[in-house]
Amino acid sequence: MILTGLFDMMMRLIRAPEDGGATFWMPPQSSTIAGEVDWLFNFILGISVFFFVLIVVVMLVFVVKYRRREGWETAPASTSHNTLLELTWTGIPVALVVVIFFFGFKSYLNMSTPPANAYEIQVSGQKWNWSFTYPNGYVDQNLHVPADRPVELLMTSVDVIHSFYVPAFRVKMDVVPGRYTKAWFEATMPGEYNIFCAEYCGTGHSDMSAMVIVHPSGEFGPWLEKASNFLLTMTPVEGGRKLYEIRGCQQCHSVDGGARTGPTFFKLFGKDESLTDGLTVTVDENYIRESLLEPNAKVVAGFEAVMPTYQGRLKDDEIAALIAYIKSLDGKTGEE
Amino acid sequence: MAEGHSAVVTPMSGGASGENYLTTGKGPLSWLFTLDHKRISVMYMVCILGSFLLGGVFALLIRTELWAPGATIMTADTYNKMFTLHGAVMIFLFIIPGIPAALGNFVLPLMLGAKDVALPRLNLLSFWCWLAGATVCLVSIVVGAVDTGWTFYTPYSTTTSTAVVSMTLGAFILGFSSIFTGLNFIVTIHTMRPEGMTWFKMPLFLWSLYSTAIIQVLATPVLGITLLLLIAERTLGVGIFDPALGGDPVLYQHFFWFYSHPAVYIMILPAMGIISELVSVFSGKHIFGYKFIAWSSIAIAVFSFLVWGHHMFTSGQSGLVNMIFSALTFSVAIPSAVKVFNWLATMYKGAINLAAPMLYVLSFLFLFAIGGLTGLFLGSLSVNIHLHDTYFVVAHFHYVMFGGTVIAFLGGIHYWWPKMFGRMYSEFWARISAALIFVGFNLTFFTQFVMGSHGMPRRYYNYLEVFKPYHQASTVGSYILGVAFMIMAYYLLHSLVRGEKAPENPWGGATLEWATASPPIATNFEHEMVGLDPYDIDSLKFDRQTGNYVRKDPGSIFLKPIGDE
Repeated sequence: MILTGLFDMMMRLIRAPEDGGATFWMPPQSSTIAGEVDWLFNFILGISVFFFVLIVVVMLVFVVKYRRREGWETAPASTSHNTLLELTWTGIPVALVVVIFFFGFKSYLNMSTPPANAYEIQVSGQKWNWSFTYPNGYVDQNLHVPADRPVELLMTSVDVIHSFYVPAFRVKMDVVPGRYTKAWFEATMPGEYNIFCAEYCGTGHSDMSAMVIVHPSGEFGPWLEKASNFLLTMTPVEGGRKLYEIRGCQQCHSVDGGARTGPTFFKLFGKDESLTDGLTVTVDENYIRESLLEPNAKVVAGFEAVMPTYQGRLKDDEIAALIAYIKSLDGKTGEE
Repeated sequence: MAEGHSAVVTPMSGGASGENYLTTGKGPLSWLFTLDHKRISVMYMVCILGSFLLGGVFALLIRTELWAPGATIMTADTYNKMFTLHGAVMIFLFIIPGIPAALGNFVLPLMLGAKDVALPRLNLLSFWCWLAGATVCLVSIVVGAVDTGWTFYTPYSTTTSTAVVSMTLGAFILGFSSIFTGLNFIVTIHTMRPEGMTWFKMPLFLWSLYSTAIIQVLATPVLGITLLLLIAERTLGVGIFDPALGGDPVLYQHFFWFYSHPAVYIMILPAMGIISELVSVFSGKHIFGYKFIAWSSIAIAVFSFLVWGHHMFTSGQSGLVNMIFSALTFSVAIPSAVKVFNWLATMYKGAINLAAPMLYVLSFLFLFAIGGLTGLFLGSLSVNIHLHDTYFVVAHFHYVMFGGTVIAFLGGIHYWWPKMFGRMYSEFWARISAALIFVGFNLTFFTQFVMGSHGMPRRYYNYLEVFKPYHQASTVGSYILGVAFMIMAYYLLHSLVRGEKAPENPWGGATLEWATASPPIATNFEHEMVGLDPYDIDSLKFDRQTGNYVRKDPGSIFLKPIGDE
């Protein structure tokens, strides 16, 4: 009786607040699956706290009660086993883990089976950024999704293994080169949530982050239409700058002269660069184009050949816009 | 059992000639070429504790870097090398060989009443392999280190520019050291048990070393092959794991964890064996449920081969495979729980002596309970998806590996120290240091559970501002641990010079190593020994004058003096 009372008390202490906000243990619940995962987490937490308290209390009671007294010389003969007792404390954990396994598997089935009507977005991971491709071909560095609609992610990696992780959604799936993996979720609350890379991928691993932006239902369609047409509505320089931001250039190339994984774009156009093979090249339109499509053909001395190719991933007008943007960074045109 | 003993014999006192294994033979060569398992054990101990110090320094550098987001004391590339080296050094150089090679080597033949292990030359070769492997690892640290994480996941490891080949070559050589030790222990336990010691009269530490040895011999070759394939891919361009060459990166994970999950039990099983010895001796009472504990060691060894896939729940492997591995993973929880309950029951109605080794037993029960129970979260599929590759996992395995294995290792060192070196250490400082380790450890790692479940991924150099308080608490905890270990190093070294002379049996252990001199003579025993019930604590009596536990019937464990016909 005392034990069940204690158990109840523990369960009350650890249960999540009804509004789905952050708890001592968990981030806010912002997807349909999060509640189920947290329920199981709390269920296991309850069992764990119960057994932990039991073990520690029994241990401390024994230490106090059976402390070796002054003058103790020898042990009396004592019972060395009790098969029934031992079978009991083998059997109870067996039953409990079967229950935990069952609930874990049940909610796993829910989280790994996307509904048929899910909206599909393609995800590509590369060192050290994400790109998200929408059904109309538009690519963004952040994941924009509608609320209250299942979204399925079809993911692959350009280089090494990454892992797509949104804590607020309780979603995680490795992003593996040479194959596709899938994940799905249905966001419940408009807002912005962190995306992390959870599989170690090198220097910029901890900065390989992005945001999920959940649009209220009805606002996602208009957003996508506006975002997709930016090259038509912007000047090539503005469009190039946007591409620089959303297509992963800025993770490795600064525009202020600062050193990153790759050469800075600041005052790059027209410069003579020495290459790793000892030759020199003048940075012109053709060199920039080649560096996008075959990045490791002419690597600037002092840098590693780590840039992934953009062959087939940038259209001609996008390359032209990027060239226009790099040209504009001459230190004279000024920040437009 | 003691029927038919030819002669009435008296217990030895400190080796008739005053010689012991430490004084028999002088000079570095007498150590480097020794075939004495005790000397090999001492050399292993020195090297392994040296590795622990090195891995610990890496850990403190990591924790210092994480004091604040972004750069604190090093660059991202240096940080990536630091956590890789911390993991690789702690796992391959310290914790895998730790208990079997350093303590097991010393204690195993003594517990069998034997002169040495069955294959002393192989034992020395194992140590040399360790030295060679460790040297290759250290050289690769100096020439450029590795930034892959200790798991060497492909294709990152086949494309990074760091010293992956030499580091994996080091791990490959270390694998032979581990296989040789395991093989030796299996042969020794099969062939050298004394008269009267049936399998179920063996000390539980030997059961655990036996289960460990089986895993070492069966699993380590797979690691060796995997690392060779990795080296072949990097140097010869053979496509095995790298998709750019037509390989499969997830295949590497299967190979790697097929060894490295059982390896986790190479680390924890011997620790459980130590706890079984200590809890009985320091409770002054027979171990409770001997057979359940012995069989649970074997069960853990068997299950350990069937659960590797739980490291890959998010790798994209099929849902069916995930389900099977989740179910099998929970099976490991049962024998572990059985052991904990049996240890607690051993304390019931005992006479508990709170000396330093017992403090480590209590620490172990507290920390291993947390480590084991948090395994339930990770074994459960849907919760695992959220917690995978976060600090929750980091905290979980540190609670098992440090809270379990290292704490038991420290308990074992404090327990067998008087036997190994014939000196007592300062009990006062030992208690202070044990308490500091307990506090520092919980502060370091409990905070990591909380930040992990909030979504802080592991192996992060930079992090969100919201995680800063957790990281800072964790860093403070790691400094407390550092201080505690410095205190320990001081009083243990001090004891070698100034420590009180240890009696034969200062704690009241009934296993055979306590029936010879402290430290033992080079040939271990002057008599052929009889294997009685190793937990027959009530056959001993405390002798107040010498601070020694003596047998009520001194002749019962001696068969006849060695050399007598």
